Amino acid sequence: MNSRIRTALAALALAAVAALPAGAQQLTGAGATFPYPIYSKWFDVYHEKTGVAINYQSIGSGAGIQQVKSGTVDFGASDAALSDAALKDMPRRVVHIPTVGGAVVLAYNLPGFAGRVQLTPELVAGIYLGDITTWNDKRIVAANPGVTMPAAPILAVHRSDGSGTTNIFTLYLSSVSSRWKDVAGAATSVSWPSGVGGKGNDGVAGVVKQTPGAIGYVELAYAKQNQLPMAFVRNKAGKYVEPSAASVTAAMTGVAVPLAKDVRTPIVNSPAADAWPIAGLTFLIVYQDAKDAARGLALARFLDWAIHDGQQYAGALDYAQLPEAIVKVNEGTLKLLTAGGKKLAAANP
Amino acid sequence: MSAGAPTRATAFVASREPVRDPSRRFSADDAFALALRIASLAVLAAVLLLVWQTTRGAAPALQTYGPAFLTGTAWDPVAERFGALPYVVGTLVTSAIALLLAVPFGIGAAVFLTEIAPPKIGAVISFMIELLASIPSIVYGLWGVFVLAPFLRTIVEPWLIQHLGFLPLFRGFPFGLGILPAGLVLGIMVVPTVTSVSREILRALPDSLRGAALALGATRAEAIGVTLDAARPGILGAVILALGRALGETMAVTMLIGNSNHLSWSLLGPGATMASVIANEFTEAVGKLHLAALFEVALVLFVVSLVVNAVARLIVLAATGGRRDVAGAA
Repeated sequence: MNSRIRTALAALALAAVAALPAGAQQLTGAGATFPYPIYSKWFDVYHEKTGVAINYQSIGSGAGIQQVKSGTVDFGASDAALSDAALKDMPRRVVHIPTVGGAVVLAYNLPGFAGRVQLTPELVAGIYLGDITTWNDKRIVAANPGVTMPAAPILAVHRSDGSGTTNIFTLYLSSVSSRWKDVAGAATSVSWPSGVGGKGNDGVAGVVKQTPGAIGYVELAYAKQNQLPMAFVRNKAGKYVEPSAASVTAAMTGVAVPLAKDVRTPIVNSPAADAWPIAGLTFLIVYQDAKDAARGLALARFLDWAIHDGQQYAGALDYAQLPEAIVKVNEGTLKLLTAGGKKLAAANP
Repeated sequence: MSAGAPTRATAFVASREPVRDPSRRFSADDAFALALRIASLAVLAAVLLLVWQTTRGAAPALQTYGPAFLTGTAWDPVAERFGALPYVVGTLVTSAIALLLAVPFGIGAAVFLTEIAPPKIGAVISFMIELLASIPSIVYGLWGVFVLAPFLRTIVEPWLIQHLGFLPLFRGFPFGLGILPAGLVLGIMVVPTVTSVSREILRALPDSLRGAALALGATRAEAIGVTLDAARPGILGAVILALGRALGETMAVTMLIGNSNHLSWSLLGPGATMASVIANEFTEAVGKLHLAALFEVALVLFVVSLVVNAVARLIVLAATGGRRDVAGAA
């Protein structure tokens, strides 16, 4: 029922756009808030370059998928890939186009502590399970040789609202800790065994900034903007890695083979040597077969631009560029796009 | 109601019955009465629609969990197990803390303003209190996070843990976020409601009451006691209004309560309220049952508010013995 209300509301919002002269000069999309900064940059640049205007409503991944389902938008955007069940629930076949990657980082607040905090996957899980409650716990000390850990209690901060960021973080915890998998699992919101919740990235960053001893997971850009120190985390290859756009791109490269088979494969805990382990892709969700040939072609052209030329804008906004291997996967997916059953003319303009 | 039946007001004051011009079938008065009737029915319709829509949204959860929803303590969107008890408890406990703070301060301020303060000072203080009421709740939330929480974390909570830590209520770590901070901010938010309504009630009392008390040799404090006693039903009404606001307040609570669904005895630990869980999870609730469970929480909140209001009316009615004149505010 609610989805119907949401759909109706969003349809109203989009009606203004739909009422404009239809055609390939106008595209509409809706969904995730996480990639909104880079998407709006892309839409601006693309509009200037080609004259194609793209209207995007950042109403959240879940609502974006509902919009795709009811056919009110040309594309949806989601931070979490659709499950098999959700795919089956779609009226027609949809494809996932990963656009950029993002890092989820562990920001902390330890006043007077100048060194860097190193965490193993077991420590991250232990902190969020509520097993490790002080910064000078001997397990944390063991992972940080040569520095004196403060004797402060740990406050584990999580997102209280449902979010793609939580999905990435809990996917990571589930992949490194079987206990986490049993206790909480992975989803956009889970039942947290301990700690406190903040609403939104800014809420979590705010609690961390305000509370000595706090540690919280936020998107890379938020930790940077708030100048919060970020923990190094030991990756699958055994190396303590600093979170950055580059180390997320490395993570994608590390799972290129399974991604080529199924682009929905989580990229957490990637085996690559320099991979940041808590990373995720964000997707555009489009129907494989467009109903309107002109719109379908315009969309395919935009997607082609986004995965090639658009990538250069990612780094400045703290998103991770797609590595060559994933761009190849996307090129393959774009070749599958059709309109009314007919192959779209060459995607490249 | 049949068209010609006199309303209660016109029955009492027959002379106000409009003079009908027989040549006009539908007078301006009729139109006005109709407009008022539509306005009042619209309010009723809005409430009924609200209940209907919320119940419909909650239907899948109502069918799946039944009454166990109210006693369940798990809230697990992954396993689709939902129970609202931690949120019900969180709502009631934060509201209780708020009232503990707001009632003595609010009524005290009202008594000061009406009985003691010189008019000029009273006007300034009244203005300040009304200003408190107009501050948006997000500002209270920010103040809570940036001022109250650090103060509680560094001074109040360590003291509580050290001196009252033998009570389960004050165990845990001093983080400055949790049930207590949320309740305190709620208390500050509802003080203006208690004060301004109580002040109006006290002002409405006839001066002869105070004069009579003083004439009988009562001290000033005793005279104030007499006025407070006379104003009791109205003041109770003020408290109930404040409670209503505390029960439903969302933004400031969400920012301060720590948003955890674990039941704990400690006031220093994190919690959640019914309003805060809806605000947190509604936008990204993808699962059908998850969404329905949130609707059911809204329904429970509605019922709790309804029960609180009904109980309040009963209290006021009992206190006044049915005298409507003094019970007006409730």
